[in-house]
Amino acid sequence: MDAVLLARLQFALTIAFHYIFPPLTIGMGVVMVFLEGRYLATGDRVYEIAARFWTRIFALNFAIGVATGIVMEFQFGTNWAAYSRFVGDVFGSALAAEGIFAFFLESGFLALLVFGWDRISPRMHFFSTCMVALGSVFSSVWIVVANSWQQTPAGHHVVPVLRDGRPLLIDGHPVLRAEIVDFWALILNPSSVHRLVHVWIGAFILGAFFIMSISAYYLLRGRYLEFAKRSFAGALLFATLASLAAVVSGHFQARGVYRYQPAKLAAFEAHYRTGPGDLSLLGLPDDAAETIHFNLAIPGGLSFLVHDDFDEPVIGLDRFRRSDRPPVLLSFASYHIMIGLGMLFIALSVTAAVLHWRRRLYETRWLLWVFVFAVVGPVLANELGWVSAEVGRQPWVVHPPVEWTEQGDLAVGPDGVVEYDESLGLRTADAASPSVDASQVLASIVGFGAIYLALLAVWLYVLDSKIRHGPEPLEPPGGTGRADVLAAAARLQDHSGSLTGADGAR
Amino acid sequence: MDWATLCVIWFALEGVLLTGYAILDGFDLGVGILHPFVARTNDERRVAMNSIGPLWDGNEVWLVTFGGALFAAFPEAYATVFSGFYSAFMLLLFALIFRAVSMEFRSKVATPRWRRFWDWSFFGGSALATLLFGVAVGNAILGIPLDQRGNFTGTLLDQLRPYPLLVGAMTVALFAMHGGLFLYLKTEGAFQERLRDWMWRSWGLFLVGYMLATMYTLALVPRATANFEHWPWAAAVVVVNVLAVANIPRCLHWGRPGQAFVSSCVTIATLTLLFGLALYPNLVTASNDPAASVTIFSAASSPKTLTIMLIIALVGMPFVIAYTAIVYWTFRGKVRLDEHSY
Repeated sequence: MDAVLLARLQFALTIAFHYIFPPLTIGMGVVMVFLEGRYLATGDRVYEIAARFWTRIFALNFAIGVATGIVMEFQFGTNWAAYSRFVGDVFGSALAAEGIFAFFLESGFLALLVFGWDRISPRMHFFSTCMVALGSVFSSVWIVVANSWQQTPAGHHVVPVLRDGRPLLIDGHPVLRAEIVDFWALILNPSSVHRLVHVWIGAFILGAFFIMSISAYYLLRGRYLEFAKRSFAGALLFATLASLAAVVSGHFQARGVYRYQPAKLAAFEAHYRTGPGDLSLLGLPDDAAETIHFNLAIPGGLSFLVHDDFDEPVIGLDRFRRSDRPPVLLSFASYHIMIGLGMLFIALSVTAAVLHWRRRLYETRWLLWVFVFAVVGPVLANELGWVSAEVGRQPWVVHPPVEWTEQGDLAVGPDGVVEYDESLGLRTADAASPSVDASQVLASIVGFGAIYLALLAVWLYVLDSKIRHGPEPLEPPGGTGRADVLAAAARLQDHSGSLTGADGAR
Repeated sequence: MDWATLCVIWFALEGVLLTGYAILDGFDLGVGILHPFVARTNDERRVAMNSIGPLWDGNEVWLVTFGGALFAAFPEAYATVFSGFYSAFMLLLFALIFRAVSMEFRSKVATPRWRRFWDWSFFGGSALATLLFGVAVGNAILGIPLDQRGNFTGTLLDQLRPYPLLVGAMTVALFAMHGGLFLYLKTEGAFQERLRDWMWRSWGLFLVGYMLATMYTLALVPRATANFEHWPWAAAVVVVNVLAVANIPRCLHWGRPGQAFVSSCVTIATLTLLFGLALYPNLVTASNDPAASVTIFSAASSPKTLTIMLIIALVGMPFVIAYTAIVYWTFRGKVRLDEHSY
């Protein structure tokens, strides 16, 4: 098989696995800050129990996130050397900032968070929780900014690479790379803010659904009821707000995509011919026939979303060379399933919120069962969001700009199709490492496949045993003498602990 | 600030990050290498793992930041090294993942077989990662074949020559000693007594590797010593390095383990510094054609990027030092197993 395709598969595999965990930690971090803050404010120990329990689950997710995250950082160099040479000047500073500002913050305070319950004061512990949550949010900032720059590059110029003051020529052609001109324009490139907000919302939804899933399980089993109710209600609030916000943020993002990457939006919607566009809800795009089979669509819906007008034309894939179009089926499917899931989250969380308001939520067992399994939805939605973002950018790894005319039409060349300036972008096909051959990549894919499967199995196993074990009962406060010693001994017996918190560690 | 100065500053900062990583992760890798030999009972092994439990994650961040900063400051070198040493990096990643996972999962199931498996995978991951770091350093000193664009043109066998393997073996012994000294500070009783023998043994092994590698370098790698002729002051680094190595047995003999650990840190720092001095101004030496070498000047980012990153580093570093200090202070003293332990 071709080395570039294998390198893409490896990237897809490793990032997809990695990306289960960061949104979980971002989402859970916020909830933990809330719970521990409530404990400090009210002194109510149920909150402390909850904070301790979720911290252990958080640490488990965090550990796997770190282990798989190191792979991502190395992979830019190992598999995508040509890309690294092209973008290093702009992309690298974001990555370095991530290391300095986010990773050190997270890893330092995580140690205090997990191992420090009895070594530091409750206030210091709360501070550590805040710092870890902040660190996980920071880490998303830089990587999303870097990725957004690949989608909508700004704040840079493309110049020849110099050697001893003269342009470096390989086979007579100057070698080019992107260099920073304006740091803040680069950081705040046209898609950064929209995409970052959307990523955070996705993370909040996942974190909230994860907590609701485990809490719903306890409610159904009749265990730790008080703890489970508070956790569920807190998470439900986040989930409802975030699910609603996702629609708004997604809408603004789609408009940005149309402005800067019209081929991508056309592929999302399988909009083959320029003209008024329908909004397909369900269907199967067919590239050969340039149509959507089994199409269930809102007439003029796409035009309305893009222009607030049902009749205005929307640029279609026909304005792009076939070699410049993203794969339509994969873009369409991932984008539509993500949106469908988003609607489902709204339906679920609003229903639950209404029932909670009527004080019937915890008796509605079928809905609780749905919530036990619903956590798969946000995992999938987060993954598919990235699939559509990354596949929709193809065939580019760094997307070159498009021009619009004064009349608001896409500027095209004499053939009626967009003439991208190749020197301003980088094609995925040209981005891989020349010195790495297909067999090396294949061997490492097999290795990662095996290790990640094992990691997944162990993660699920440990998660399951933690959930079965449940939150720790705390010794009654104010006990003295013998009772206290006994309580402490009992706690020592069944308490678990490690970075991920072990059960039966002795 | 002019561009050439920025390049040199970033070369030095990469050196600082590498030194920080080697000293900090050096001891936790060393604990991993040494622990199946020194720790006999389950509790002793837990003490060994818990001595680095809250620390290893932060220590590895130095490597991540080193990689990120290399990408940003010297993208050409990052691309050449990471794609050229592809297989080695993949093995390194597997080793680091296994190591991390071993510590986390060892305590989850209480059967001896489960624990033995994770003990040995903790050892294997630590030893392999250390060996690979040493092999990488050896290859960097020898050089690898590169084309005009800076892409590696050799095969995997070109990276497994005797010299890099020798440096790799020396690094394993060095980190084992360093980890042993650290563990000695964190333990007490019979376990600590047993560690004393292993500190001597690993020091002896390191000394053998150190002398062999030095002789090999002086005799057969002219490129490594060329810079020292221009900079007579660099001899001072050599003297400090030798004194630090010699001070370790002296401190062990007089029962000053803390000082021995500091000497071991100085040994690692001066070795890294010597490595940097030997390398300068190259980041990756081309063994086939010196003109094809990736130097700090041919690999560097634009002055603007280097300046921005310098600001980021100056703002961020005090914070990093503060967190590191807080964590090491909180977890100071002998290891006590408690409910939060592995």
